[in-house]
Amino acid sequence: MVLPILYAVFLSFHKVQLLGGIAYEFVGLRNFVRLVTDDRVWIALRNTVEYVAIVVPTQTLLALALAVTLNAGIRGKTVWRVLYFLPTVTSSAVLTLIFMWIYNTNGLLNDMLAFLGLPTYNWIGNPTIALRSIMIMNIWSTAPFFMVIYLAALQDIPRSVYEAAELDGASHWQQLVHVTIPMLKPVTFFVVAMGMIGTFQLFDQSYIFSGGTGGPNNATLTVVLLIYQAVFRNLQMGYAAAIAFLLAAVIITVTLIQRRWFGGDRD
Amino acid sequence: MIKHHKTLATHWVPWLQGVLYILLTGYAIVTLLPFLWALSASFKPLSEIVSGEPNLLPHQFTLDNYRQIFFREPLFVRWLLNSLVIAVSVTLCNLLFNSMAGYALARLRFRGRQAWFFLILAVLAIPAQVTLIPTFLILKAFGWLNSYQGMIVPGMVNATFIFMMRQFFINFPKELEEAAQLDGLGRFGTFRHIVLPLAKPAIAAQTIFVFMGSWNNFLLPVVILFDPEMFTLPLGLNSFKGQYISNWNYIMAASMVFTLPALAIYAFFNRYFIEGVTFTGGKG
Repeated sequence: MVLPILYAVFLSFHKVQLLGGIAYEFVGLRNFVRLVTDDRVWIALRNTVEYVAIVVPTQTLLALALAVTLNAGIRGKTVWRVLYFLPTVTSSAVLTLIFMWIYNTNGLLNDMLAFLGLPTYNWIGNPTIALRSIMIMNIWSTAPFFMVIYLAALQDIPRSVYEAAELDGASHWQQLVHVTIPMLKPVTFFVVAMGMIGTFQLFDQSYIFSGGTGGPNNATLTVVLLIYQAVFRNLQMGYAAAIAFLLAAVIITVTLIQRRWFGGDRD
Repeated sequence: MIKHHKTLATHWVPWLQGVLYILLTGYAIVTLLPFLWALSASFKPLSEIVSGEPNLLPHQFTLDNYRQIFFREPLFVRWLLNSLVIAVSVTLCNLLFNSMAGYALARLRFRGRQAWFFLILAVLAIPAQVTLIPTFLILKAFGWLNSYQGMIVPGMVNATFIFMMRQFFINFPKELEEAAQLDGLGRFGTFRHIVLPLAKPAIAAQTIFVFMGSWNNFLLPVVILFDPEMFTLPLGLNSFKGQYISNWNYIMAASMVFTLPALAIYAFFNRYFIEGVTFTGGKG
């Protein structure tokens, strides 16, 4: 497990030739310098950050809302939970194919939008929309996973806390804002951290959506897809390793910032 | 738990509860619709799919799509087998190694234990993409590209689940083990006869996560498998997409076949699955 990481460090300082055997040429920091001047790195990074910035808060809120609703004395909680959880156990490849078909210009989604008299879109082909389409799909498929975590955490909040709040005349809404959400803070830290780690690594959906190109017009190009392209389209292993470290640095930095932000309660 | 909901429920105004049920049903439809739509398409002839009629029940029910992928598509069954072989082997290896490593880190006193533990935490923090290229080069050097072992060996252990098992074993009552040792069981005997049987929930959760992860994995196979014979199903499905550009009936039938084993495992182990999520999540 550790060996590949050290090997990756080594690679990132070398130019790698793959013809026949493997030849390494030490290039110092050149791979890293190239990162800064490569337009596609910035596009991929911007797409990925935009994706994270929208998907993580939305899926966290949705997960929380679903969990709180399910916890509000709803009958058949297990059935709902099992049902909602379906997308989480389905392969990303299958989900992406199903959604591409629904997103088709004359697919189900546009049919329904047209039926409701709403504007229709080219969900896959339009560069300004394509990334949004992936966002919608992934919020839909990951929110239930975090809902289950929230749901479990809600069981751990002692009933007496709510009783006290009720005696003080707090409404349901006030209980949610002043009791539930603060008590869930450590779980929210976990959910947001996991969500960010997952979303920063977006690959499968972009790859399948764009046939591996990151198109249309680089709209679905993510950092991991760029790494993949650097390795297998351009055979630049060293440079790809450098991009991978950029990603690792971004993920670790963001996680640390977030931990400070949440006060690092439990983890 | 149940009592707690009853008491809470009595506080809700009836109409408000009605609203909640409507919201939940709405979201359930949003969740299920894509699956049902895909399922229904897998039983429709292509002509009916492209007609654009939004009927969930097929007018002309047909099994032709499934017949096509199973009998006339030479590689589909092969892909299914590849996926099975790889997912089952990866799962067995993980169960064995992660459980033993987790137990060792939690219980055994050996030199450098803390260092190993921090190493595993460090590995957890590094995204898989960093190790992807080295993995590719190492497998290439071994001549393991396009092979089962190339898919299995890199995934044999998993830092996340070593960590999860360690957390589980740390909370495990020590007295039980001590009693077993007094009865003359050795380290390994204790592990096999006392610890493992009681660790069932953690192991079940691990089984499900590892199996699903391997079954659904896309990044590793897309990198190291390029011979269509060796494809796993997700790759095969993706190549289907290229091959049958708009034959959504075949693609959806294949998707349904692929989803079924995962769904079966999920239905079967549902309880452990939820426990596992909460175990890795809340108590991690």
